[in-house]
Amino acid sequence: MSKRESQQAKMLKEIMSLEFTAVDLNLFLDTHPGDMRALAEYNHTTHLLNTLKSAYEQCYGPLSNFGTTPGQYPWRWIDEPWPWQVEY
Amino acid sequence: MWIYEKKLEYPTKVCGPNPRLAKIILEQYGGSDGEAAAANRYLTQRYTMPTGMAKGVLTDIGTEELAHWEIIATLCYKLMKGVTPAQMKAAGLEDYYANHGKDIFMQNASGVPFTAAYFAAKGDPVANLVEDMAAEQKARATYEHILNLSDDSLVNDTIKFLREREVVHFQRFGEVLDNVQTYMNTKKCY
Repeated sequence: MSKRESQQAKMLKEIMSLEFTAVDLNLFLDTHPGDMRALAEYNHTTHLLNTLKSAYEQCYGPLSNFGTTPGQYPWRWIDEPWPWQVEY
Repeated sequence: MWIYEKKLEYPTKVCGPNPRLAKIILEQYGGSDGEAAAANRYLTQRYTMPTGMAKGVLTDIGTEELAHWEIIATLCYKLMKGVTPAQMKAAGLEDYYANHGKDIFMQNASGVPFTAAYFAAKGDPVANLVEDMAAEQKARATYEHILNLSDDSLVNDTIKFLREREVVHFQRFGEVLDNVQTYMNTKKCY
């Protein structure tokens, strides 16, 4: 495993952690739509996650290819590692 | 529609090659209470749900199950990585290897291929949601059986995460059932 890949995995893990927080808060809010504390936490997590995702995508290419982030030249979506190949 | 993200929901590590464990974990890939059955169960049932909450939770949990399905595939991929045909044979995967090589095929631990008959769509929101709650418990039980059989501590970390999600999903489905029953009771005209 190269040092570069290790740094990528580290950053990816931080994104995974924040996005999992968002996923779980989303499910909680689905059945507790009036919970203001959960909503505030969800919005705070969203802000942190978007900032981190932008920084990651600048270094390692897009996390999604449906028009959420501008592409770089050459097209980097196809760059490895794919999720099942990442060594944490 | 769905959007793919080039990441897993949870980091997936293995101690080393272990085709025997991969064979067991296939139960949650293409088995009756596995992640593919779960995703398709919820995403099939969501269309006719009577409340926005029920439609939303089935969509969101169904989507999360697809991410779990990917985690299970990743575990099996990593556990079979670098394994020789002789090692596949020694692990009882001779028949599997003959047909699929090291592709991750939709079957259960005993080699039975996946089928839509694993999940119901009953046309009744209460019957469907109670099935969903049972499905979460059955998946939790399967993960506990896998933990009893596993000898890989890193795999166990991921399996424990997945087991925990079954518990959370069970809780959310219980809340949705309450929401749907309240809705159906208030709709009655006498």
